[in-house]
Amino acid sequence: MSEYTAKDYKKGQPRWCPGCGDHFFLASLHKAMAEIGVAPHDIAVISGIGCSSRLPHYMATYGMNTIHGRAAAIATGCKVSNPKLSVWQISGDGDGLAIGGNHFIHANRRNIDLKMILLNNRIYGLTKGQYSPTSPRGFVSKSSPYGTVEDPFRPAELCFGARGHFFARAVATDAPGTIEVLKAAHAHKGAAVCEILQNCVIFNNGTHESVYTSEGRKKNAIYLEHGKPMIFGENNEFGLMQDGFNIKVVKLGENGVTEKDLLVHDAHCQDNTLQLKLAMMEGPDFPIALGVIRDVEAPTYDEAVNAQIEEVKAAKKYHNFAELLETNDIWEVK
Amino acid sequence: MANDVKIENLDQVAVRFSGDSGDGMQLAGNIFSTISATVGNSISTFPDYPADIRAPQGSLTGVSGFQVHIGAEKVYTPGDLCDVLVAMNAAALKTQYKYAKPNATIIIDTDSFQKGDLEKAQFATEDPLAEMGIDKDRVIACSITQMVKDCLADSGMDVKSILKCRNMFALGLVCYLFDRDLNIAFNFLKEKFAKKPGVAEANIKVIQAGYDFGANTHSSAANVYRIETKSKEPGRYMDITGNKATAYGLIAAAEKAGLRLYLGSYPITPATDVLHELSKHKSLGVTTVQCEDEIAGCASALGASFAGALAATSTSGPGICLKSEAMNLAVIMELPLVVIDVQRGGPATGLPTKSEQTDLLQVLFGRNGETPMPVIAATSPTDCFDSAYAACKMALEHMTPVVFMSDAYIANGSGAFKLPNLADYPAINPPYVPEEMKGTWTPYMRNSEDVRYWAVPGREGFTHILGGLEKDSKTGAISTNPENHDLMCRLRQSKIDKIPVPDVKVEGDADDADLLIVGFGGTYGHLHAAMDEMRAAGKKVALAHFTYINPLPKNTAAVLKKYKKVVVAEQNLGQFAAFLRMKVDGFVPAQYNEVKGQPFVVSELVEAFNKLISK
Ligand SMILES: Cc1ncc(C[n+]2csc(CCOP(=O)(O)OP(=O)(O)O)c2C)c(N)n1
Ligand code: SF4
Ligand SMILES: [Mg+2]
Repeated sequence: MSEYTAKDYKKGQPRWCPGCGDHFFLASLHKAMAEIGVAPHDIAVISGIGCSSRLPHYMATYGMNTIHGRAAAIATGCKVSNPKLSVWQISGDGDGLAIGGNHFIHANRRNIDLKMILLNNRIYGLTKGQYSPTSPRGFVSKSSPYGTVEDPFRPAELCFGARGHFFARAVATDAPGTIEVLKAAHAHKGAAVCEILQNCVIFNNGTHESVYTSEGRKKNAIYLEHGKPMIFGENNEFGLMQDGFNIKVVKLGENGVTEKDLLVHDAHCQDNTLQLKLAMMEGPDFPIALGVIRDVEAPTYDEAVNAQIEEVKAAKKYHNFAELLETNDIWEVK
Repeated sequence: MANDVKIENLDQVAVRFSGDSGDGMQLAGNIFSTISATVGNSISTFPDYPADIRAPQGSLTGVSGFQVHIGAEKVYTPGDLCDVLVAMNAAALKTQYKYAKPNATIIIDTDSFQKGDLEKAQFATEDPLAEMGIDKDRVIACSITQMVKDCLADSGMDVKSILKCRNMFALGLVCYLFDRDLNIAFNFLKEKFAKKPGVAEANIKVIQAGYDFGANTHSSAANVYRIETKSKEPGRYMDITGNKATAYGLIAAAEKAGLRLYLGSYPITPATDVLHELSKHKSLGVTTVQCEDEIAGCASALGASFAGALAATSTSGPGICLKSEAMNLAVIMELPLVVIDVQRGGPATGLPTKSEQTDLLQVLFGRNGETPMPVIAATSPTDCFDSAYAACKMALEHMTPVVFMSDAYIANGSGAFKLPNLADYPAINPPYVPEEMKGTWTPYMRNSEDVRYWAVPGREGFTHILGGLEKDSKTGAISTNPENHDLMCRLRQSKIDKIPVPDVKVEGDADDADLLIVGFGGTYGHLHAAMDEMRAAGKKVALAHFTYINPLPKNTAAVLKKYKKVVVAEQNLGQFAAFLRMKVDGFVPAQYNEVKGQPFVVSELVEAFNKLISK
């Protein structure tokens, strides 16, 4: 049992618009932190710029609300130089995937032990409603009055493409689902991307409508759990089966399909092919996958860097500046 | 800073070509000396033939060497050691290394350092460099044989003739290192092989390939430039380049402050050697992260600083452009950070391997908002150590980003470095928040020097948030209050203004100079030499050379206004002069400006300064 409660992580009065998905996420983060139980002074929450990036101001931990797009890079230095800290990165879809896209992929590739929270509202909230790199093709916004002519990123695809080892998804209004995912991210050693489907009530209201309510999620989402068969639907009447190179939705009991025929989720599978397929599922033909989609152990950068320092310390004969000087060719002037 | 300095330029170096007797080392050496003579250098050459003309290929007794000295007046003796050693095979390295200076640049053909070659040269291991104690940083290792084969693949020549051109590749590379005009070599070869135009053409092609290899890989030779004190204090010395001294300065400061050293960097000529050097010293706990770009280099360093490390980021001008937003974040978060700018020629990619002082106004002002930042400019390769140490101390004690500037010239140049004793260096005491302040502390509370306290994550009772948004001076909460913002801008400024820096020294005829020369950073050696020469000719001249640019030393105005004639000499179009005019009312100096990517030429300085005096 943790000695902390959600209150120990809470600070200040959030300024987001009433109804903004960020409020819901923040409440879940406070609760998850309490369950995780790391002391507030051993946590650093680091964000970029955006509505969502205001979040560290509402955490009673150490924190930085930095510049647009650089949270992952700043968090990297923080974690590598002080590995004792539990480091959480908070970014919006613009902060994390547009201006910060490069740092996002490299933090995943290096596998820095960062909890990378991506609050995806498919819009630039703070700058008042321009399309973002996750807005769907044809999206009409202030900067795309005739619709965008570009395809969006899917965060999971980027994460996997960058050799990410952890990817999870939750809906901001779904407290238990969010808390589960955050706890799993904390438990995973290494870069852990959590995509939070978050509604911007002002500039992109309804973007995640199909899964934003618990009724909606029953119909349109599937909760993936490691080791469990993939069942979903209001009455648990549907399942997912492999179909050649694809995944298909089946109805239990129809055409003789039973639970035994369904895919069983394997979040720990090294090969990410099926995990990616699950992460890419979209309505109306498929449920949206929620929960921990990929969670594979791998060496982390911060540990490796620090282990290498210890190895070299043991192997080399110089351990302070004076000894370093002596490793050079030296002559004497009398 | 030394009182009496001497600079050695590329007119005073020795290059030794060595290889098998059949490798044409003499021809390469002859062409190099011809080129140097044509551009006005005096030369002397020392052939060194093998003891045994018929010794087997690749053996120790079959090595021939050819040393070329280029210099203005100095009389060389064959005992002089070389600054660059070309070793075309393992046996050459084995036998000729003894003729190389301790920090000489070594060029080797890796294709003739294979197992058999090593055996013939009687190496005991497969790592001849380690076996001979040669620092790999000084070695330009290239696959000369293979590149020559590729270069002449379509020439129709047989392999034996192709291999005879290997010497020309080494020559081309040496010409690149010393900035020699290849046309002279081309003409020499055309004349020599007038009857065999095919051979001339092949050789020319290979010289060009060697030269291009040098350019493509941004090769440099440490000994091209040396800045030395004429009379050395007794003590123990080592040779050091500016970049290595910079790295050592950071290491020393981290040890003194009891902090972990973190470097976030992205490779860029001529700053990369700082990253290389620091990456080696993991046994001192140094952490280097080669980031995805300069933005991340600077940003990750800032994250490390927040987490309690001595954090630095190293780059050259184009990288500073990318780092500037994160540097500004360091200004408003008031975290220590050392930003190393090894200047090169600009704009954009400009002259990547050449030297300029054109980043000065960029590092002083190239950011949005009111964004004061200390700037320290090292004056010589060895001074990089003290200046880097000073930059770290200033950053840590005043909770600010500090720019440490050097340039390609002093970064790659070297000097004799008296081994410093860390005990003699000033203590570094960061303003850690005192435990008694628990409960009342807020992040922007300041000490008497207007410096805020440092609360490193992990400490209970001091959780706080920093960030890029303006904060209330008292509570540390986000604030858009106009009076508060005005106050915070002034506080951040006064914090920098209050940093104590040593007075600028006036050297030479400090009391009665007819001309005061003013400079900053890496031009010290040349300006000092120009002053010496003028004074030797009976002129009254003084030199005020600045290391501390921001804040300027307190005596700056008094010094600048004391002399009737003042000239600010710099390798840009007048950036330091403009800054001084801004800071010192009524100061109207003469200017000497050059942006050639080359170090100043002392004789040209003297001529220009003499004109100013007689005007
Ligand atoms: C260098 C820089 N460029 C642009 C901006 C303007 N800007 C601030 S936040 C933002 C986008 C925010 O979108 P997102 O990251 O998705 O966060 P949200 O507000 O939607 O939570 C932009 C373009 C900035 N602050 N800094
Ligand atoms: S603009 Fe949108 S994202 Fe920003 S606070 Fe309001 S609802 Fe939330
Ligand atoms: Mg957004």
